[in-house]
Amino acid sequence: MVLRGRSHRFGDDINTDYIIAGKYKFKTLDMDELARHVMEDLDPGFHARLKPGDFIVAGKNFGCGSSREQAPLALIHAKVGAVIAASFARLFYRNAVNTGLPVVECDTGSILDGDELEVDLSRGTVRNLTRGTTVRASPLPPFMQRIFEDGGLAAHIRKHGGFHLGT
Amino acid sequence: MGKTIAEKILSSHSGIDARAGDIVLADVDFVMGQDGTSPLAIKAFREMGGERVFDPAKVAMVIDHGAPSPNEGTANLHRLMRDFAREQGIILYDIGEGVCHQLIPERGHVLPGDLVIGADSHTCTYGGLGAFSTGVGSTDLAAALITGKTWLKVPESMRIVCKGRLPAGTYSKDLALHLVGRLTASGAAYVSCEFCGEAVELLGVDGRLTLCNMAVETGAKAGIIAPSGEVLAWVRGRSKKKFRPVFADEGASYVDEREHDVSRLAPQVARPHRVDQVCDASDLAGTEVHQAFIGTCTNGRLEDLRVAATILEGRKIHPSVRLVVAPASRQVLMDAMREGVLKILLEAGAAVVVPGCGPCVGTHAGVPAGGEVVISTANRNFKGRMGNSSAEIYLASPATVAASAITGKITDPRKFLG
Repeated sequence: MVLRGRSHRFGDDINTDYIIAGKYKFKTLDMDELARHVMEDLDPGFHARLKPGDFIVAGKNFGCGSSREQAPLALIHAKVGAVIAASFARLFYRNAVNTGLPVVECDTGSILDGDELEVDLSRGTVRNLTRGTTVRASPLPPFMQRIFEDGGLAAHIRKHGGFHLGT
Repeated sequence: MGKTIAEKILSSHSGIDARAGDIVLADVDFVMGQDGTSPLAIKAFREMGGERVFDPAKVAMVIDHGAPSPNEGTANLHRLMRDFAREQGIILYDIGEGVCHQLIPERGHVLPGDLVIGADSHTCTYGGLGAFSTGVGSTDLAAALITGKTWLKVPESMRIVCKGRLPAGTYSKDLALHLVGRLTASGAAYVSCEFCGEAVELLGVDGRLTLCNMAVETGAKAGIIAPSGEVLAWVRGRSKKKFRPVFADEGASYVDEREHDVSRLAPQVARPHRVDQVCDASDLAGTEVHQAFIGTCTNGRLEDLRVAATILEGRKIHPSVRLVVAPASRQVLMDAMREGVLKILLEAGAAVVVPGCGPCVGTHAGVPAGGEVVISTANRNFKGRMGNSSAEIYLASPATVAASAITGKITDPRKFLG
């Protein structure tokens, strides 16, 4: 799968409260409603600037903090194409794969805000079309890759009737 | 070669000789969700084709984050949880019972050597009883509700040795903040932190839960303390189930082993808006505060309320400060009442709110105004955490928060301790 979009640059340690604040997420299961508030406390104009398929690009430890699955879900509903970060916090990484949000771990140091990117999920490459550079991503662990390919953990469990580690 | 506590617990629960780096499918002893995560888990449970939970006695849902419900939306999600609990016969802790991470240990649902997962990042708290416990998202919770299992990558372990005794006026929270400051928000990412050393061994049950609670603030998968005799007795008073405490083997392999001399530690404070931005309380002397908050899964326990009462006894909070106190559970509230601790807090001017999470997560019961400064015993001070992105949150021990409530400024509590 090849995704194309523009980069929205964030720093290190972006926590899940910033992705979607607690004051919103306890009230509703309507993810389209939550999507309007993504990154609001950090950048109130973010959702208005976001175009379908755009990427969030960040430094290390993206998604640290709470276990809220509303964080990847709200990003999916905000039509974020993928999150590309130098590293991810474990809960967010796991929740993203479980819910079907593409997460790409690679060196993001050379990607600037507004850069046009092309992400090849199967080959594990991030091409920076603006700067003419390409970086390689760390692959998902095989078992997580299977969950992602099944369409998330709910679909995986439904399909196999339980966990299918395939060993 | 010897094994770490994490390797031993994950081996016994997966039936394989597991080592760091292995992926295991493990049987869970208990699973938990709260009102911010359970509704999505119930939805995922249905999507997965779930009909019955694997064992209703091993599942609890806790209504604590917005309890009692502050609005219509939250009320409807609470009803969804109550209906599911009734349908499945699982344990439901409704409003007023308390914070999930107090209730699960207090009601004897977690034992030393157990594997517990919870849809809340602070599930790592139960490491204070010698369990391997970690947070998961709602869909992972749903999968465990159906299968009784979860998959985990066996983590590397980090051995954190706290040498010396904590000085008077410093507590488990100061130790936790100090360690988060040293390790940083990602310094223990994906690892299991084994806390040990004299300062840790001397901690009581409440202090152990506080320390392990904050392990996730370093990115850790789990924080674990080998159980003491006091912990074993405490657990036996709450559960009739047999259990086998787990200790690290001689020669276990650690990715990192660090010694911290804490014998001269001063009261610690985390500055806005990062938990790892930590300094001595005295460095911030004079910083004006508008709201002080004692509560949460980190510091709303009896030991915490007692310490606050020691400082507030016979004193009044500063006229320009609101002091909000949320006991961690109904039991804590009743114990505090019986001991006279509650009376001291109320006479000092505290507003005591329903046991639960409320103010910490910005749902209700103490949202600060724009530009206000809060000093809180919680574990997170992210911008907007308490419901207002222009408020500033400092994190400290119950003693430091109580002392600051009296003076109206961030205050080293040793000033009030003879």
